Amino acid sequence: MSEKSRLTRRNFLTRLFLAASATALGGCQKLSESPWFVKILGVGEKATRRVQRLVLPRRAVAQEFTEAELSPQFRSNGTFMPRNPAYLAMAEGGFAGYRLEVGGLVERPGTFSLADIRALPSRTQITRHDCVEGWSAIGKWKGARLSALLEAVQVKPAARYVVFHCADPMGEDGSSPYYESIDLEDAFHPQTILAYELNDETLPVKNGAPLRLRLERQLGYKMAKYVMRLEVVEDFSHIAGGKGGYWEDRGYEWYAGI
Amino acid sequence: MARTKRTAAKGSRYYRHTLPVRLMHWINVIVLVILLMSGLNIFNAHSALYWGEQSYRGVPPFLVLGSRIDDEGEVSGITRIFGHDFDTTGFLGASRDSEGDVVERGFPSWLTIPATRWLAMARRWHFFFAWLLVLNGVCFVGYSLASRHLHRDILPTRRDLRSIGRSVVDHLRFRRPKGEAARHYNVLQKLAYLSVIFLLLPLVILMGFGMSPALDALVPGWVGIFGGRQSVRTIHFIVAWALVLFTIIHVFQVIVNGFWNNLRSMITGYFRVAPEVDDE
Repeated sequence: MSEKSRLTRRNFLTRLFLAASATALGGCQKLSESPWFVKILGVGEKATRRVQRLVLPRRAVAQEFTEAELSPQFRSNGTFMPRNPAYLAMAEGGFAGYRLEVGGLVERPGTFSLADIRALPSRTQITRHDCVEGWSAIGKWKGARLSALLEAVQVKPAARYVVFHCADPMGEDGSSPYYESIDLEDAFHPQTILAYELNDETLPVKNGAPLRLRLERQLGYKMAKYVMRLEVVEDFSHIAGGKGGYWEDRGYEWYAGI
Repeated sequence: MARTKRTAAKGSRYYRHTLPVRLMHWINVIVLVILLMSGLNIFNAHSALYWGEQSYRGVPPFLVLGSRIDDEGEVSGITRIFGHDFDTTGFLGASRDSEGDVVERGFPSWLTIPATRWLAMARRWHFFFAWLLVLNGVCFVGYSLASRHLHRDILPTRRDLRSIGRSVVDHLRFRRPKGEAARHYNVLQKLAYLSVIFLLLPLVILMGFGMSPALDALVPGWVGIFGGRQSVRTIHFIVAWALVLFTIIHVFQVIVNGFWNNLRSMITGYFRVAPEVDDE
């Protein structure tokens, strides 16, 4: 082969490489918008959930910290003041009129005042909150053990998930209220609480007053704030977008252990 | 032109890289590029780095890819490193979007997958290819042990280690190995590959585990060994760029030591060894 023809081949290959890179970059954006490809990518997160559930003992607890490690200010993220007149009126009255509704697949559906919730067995924990965005903050939480509440209402055998319906309207027009769901394994975990205190004070509105979920082995978006109603279900595909949460309906993974 | 001369001077081709090694090498190339770019998209969701367990202990982050908007609405990118500000408009902190407007963005869109700000999708890419990295890595280490590729080609011999000084001088003078020496990796090359395979890649994966709240609960407090959860995120970021640095040096070495010969050897497996006698 002559030197000249080899050079043109090299030129050609170099150009091919550059063109391929540009195509690949544009392609990644296109692929991200193709449902079939997104489904394939989703295999990774599904595998992560399976493996993490396999290796992590059911009762394994998240690390707890000391008072010295508390964040001076616990960051508020997402909603800091729900644009919901009924909620705002209730907040004005110090949540005296607040009633947590518990229903769905339970033997004894009912409503709970904040006094009722505070009367349930509680747990206090200093934990690290990890946001999906990448930041972390440490706070001291006190709340009712979700397991105690669920035992009080008696979950039916068919039940698989607890859905948290919240008071904060989301989206541009505020038409989609925040919601989340967790499975019973997490619901009965000792660190899973409905928190009503942050750093020894009544939970502030910016952090989810009067009640927010703490789910310490998953990311922040699972920990619904402004919780108004618990619904115990077998399946959540009929709720809102059907993916089990406000962010899940917008592409985030239901399992947020990573 | 030099073909006959080379043959005469005992220049020869030999089978350098086996098919599994070539295959796993190219899988790694694709996987690492995608992991880096989707990782930078994830980083852009909170473009600051901290040391310790958390982000809000009253100490400012030591690296921020931030931005500033002046009175006229003009956006500029500001990179803050240990409190020192640098204007990095167009690249870090603020860069052009697909419409050509300068917008706030940590790393520019041409460095991220997807190109747009899209955390949920970037995570999907990242975790899928993270699995491929782990599986490919396990296969490579398994294969290298079983085939003795590791012992034969990568682990430095005692003689190698004694010749580090000479090897450094050879590298600085761009002196290419010839004859028998060209059939083996040199000692610096071996040490570089070893540290990537057994130090940087396992570390970047471990630091990825450390960012998972579920895996942190496996042995509560283990991330503390590395300084805490935010330190783990920072180390993950630094090691990722250390791998980029390795890749730059690696590609540079490939270019200066005969680009097409090296590239061909990683595609077909065959490598041409320069003859012992100078043909210049």
